[in-house]
Amino acid sequence: MAKRSKPEPSPATPSSPNNPVIPRRALLTGAAGTLGAAILGRAAPAQTPAPQDIPADPTKVPGGPLSEVGSRSAFEQPRRMVQPQALSASSRTPLQDLEGIVTPSDLHFERHHAGVPKVDPRRYRLMIHGMVGRPMNFSLADLKRYPQESRLYFIECSGNGGAGYRNVSPDRTPQQVDGLLSTSEWIGVSLATLFREVGVQSGASWFLAEGMDGAAMTRSIPVAKGMDDALLAYGQNGEALRPEQGYPVRLLLPGWEGNASVKWLRRIELSDAPFMTRQETAKYSDPLPDCTARLFSFEMDAKSTLTFPVYPDVITPGWWEIKGLAWSGRGRITRVEVSTDGGVTWHEAALQEPVLSKCPTRFRFMWSWNGRETVLMSRATDETGYVQPTREQLMQARGQGTRYHFNNIRSWKVAAGGAVTLTE
Amino acid sequence: MMPAARAVATAAVLAAGWSMVACQPGTSSARAAPPERYAFGQPATPEQIAAWDIDVKPSGEGLPPGSGTVVQGERIYAQKCAVCHGATGTEGPYDVLVGREPGDSFPFGRQPRLTSTIGNYWPYATTLYDYINRAMPQMEPGSLTAPEVYGLVAWLLWRNEIIAGDAVMDATSLPAVVMPARDRFVRDNRRGGAEIR
Repeated sequence: MAKRSKPEPSPATPSSPNNPVIPRRALLTGAAGTLGAAILGRAAPAQTPAPQDIPADPTKVPGGPLSEVGSRSAFEQPRRMVQPQALSASSRTPLQDLEGIVTPSDLHFERHHAGVPKVDPRRYRLMIHGMVGRPMNFSLADLKRYPQESRLYFIECSGNGGAGYRNVSPDRTPQQVDGLLSTSEWIGVSLATLFREVGVQSGASWFLAEGMDGAAMTRSIPVAKGMDDALLAYGQNGEALRPEQGYPVRLLLPGWEGNASVKWLRRIELSDAPFMTRQETAKYSDPLPDCTARLFSFEMDAKSTLTFPVYPDVITPGWWEIKGLAWSGRGRITRVEVSTDGGVTWHEAALQEPVLSKCPTRFRFMWSWNGRETVLMSRATDETGYVQPTREQLMQARGQGTRYHFNNIRSWKVAAGGAVTLTE
Repeated sequence: MMPAARAVATAAVLAAGWSMVACQPGTSSARAAPPERYAFGQPATPEQIAAWDIDVKPSGEGLPPGSGTVVQGERIYAQKCAVCHGATGTEGPYDVLVGREPGDSFPFGRQPRLTSTIGNYWPYATTLYDYINRAMPQMEPGSLTAPEVYGLVAWLLWRNEIIAGDAVMDATSLPAVVMPARDRFVRDNRRGGAEIR
């Protein structure tokens, strides 16, 4: 238990020589909420219970009552990190505080372009029109009547990883670098089923997906993706979508940059060409060093990141399990390698089943730290043979000024005293 | 699932259905093969489509009747846009709208801190109409009339030195405007595999 730096039942003391791992992360996750908030620029979470509020021996007193909706232990306070700004903003998933591959729905990252709209599911309809044989409206009940599909996929914002590409600052957590990544079991109907229902015309090659938020968010998507694995999702991790994830219905394009999976979906228009919306031209395009910009860069390249040990962990010499997540928008992860010497040598990490297409895979590697300064890295390979590039390789291909799709190897320096920080 | 795999699965269900019918006449219809269409949903009427179909394509398809001038746009901009984008479109605090690169070079991939604007980055003028009409002003999206949007588009294009001060923007003139960055955009050439692109 001492390996993880989570708040312990009595972490009120700011420092403990027997377990130096605890205080720093406890500091940042709530035990000293004010200072943590000052560092991370986020709202301070509720205080951890004081020791006197917890019975010394829980077997000697009655326990608490039943509840209609459960809640986390008061000692566990994972929080999204919220940008304190306007309606077009994002919040980030605390990757370093989570286990496994599924993101609790209330910690799924957010990226909204005009805030979270309120939608009445009883008045909801999805309209599909344009180059179709039968322009149609579908109620939520209509959509739920179709054969159901349920699959685990990540959604990742194309801007994720920027803090690991340029101006790399040592005091960055995985949440700050890669927290625009979340994974859910998504439940819904295959878009191909709806395309057959409306009779997509043979010349239709693109469709516009439009949301019912204040931005009426729009992206043009190739029809081929709709016929392949796209979902109209109405469920997430066993329940209805959360409002922040597009309630009541969102588009879900497995493996593709998150903004294309339009939330609060209300309209699909089939066409023979892309619509060239603001989001897909002026916003989510990728400037390249040859003075062009890449359009429709949908697929997320293979990537991995450590979730332990990372900033702000402090470790002691001895055995530790290096842990992390690896994912690819092009299919399954086939291999993850870990380096404990700054990339000089690489070791095969164990992959935790299930290893699923377009879904993060957990990897682990047991490591005995000798107490000397070193750098930890991870490197993912996907089923297309793509190997996660170094920062230098990616900069060579994309240029210093590129704006999205930052999938370079992340590096974590372990100082002689055991403090872990992000490094170039 | 790939369409081919789905077709195989459908064929298997179909075959199972056939043998069942052959052996057990009167078998429940619950085991019937899935149809191509389920006939759920309701037809969308022309009125319903017209009410929601607000998008504008680079060809100009979708642009409504009406027109707007630079002078008209300047007045609306001052009233409804300047608070977020600055008096001349360059001051912020939110997105900077006005500015050109020397020689219309496009060094965004090389220079991390370069600000992209309508004049130096947007490839299609029609996108201005589509986006302003659907999403602006941010606190009152969708509240502008067609002449107001045309006027704003005219003022923004004039401020970016793309059209003349006496130009009128409408469904014919707007799609004909060629943006400085029009030819800077390329399709994604990443394909996975060994190459880093």
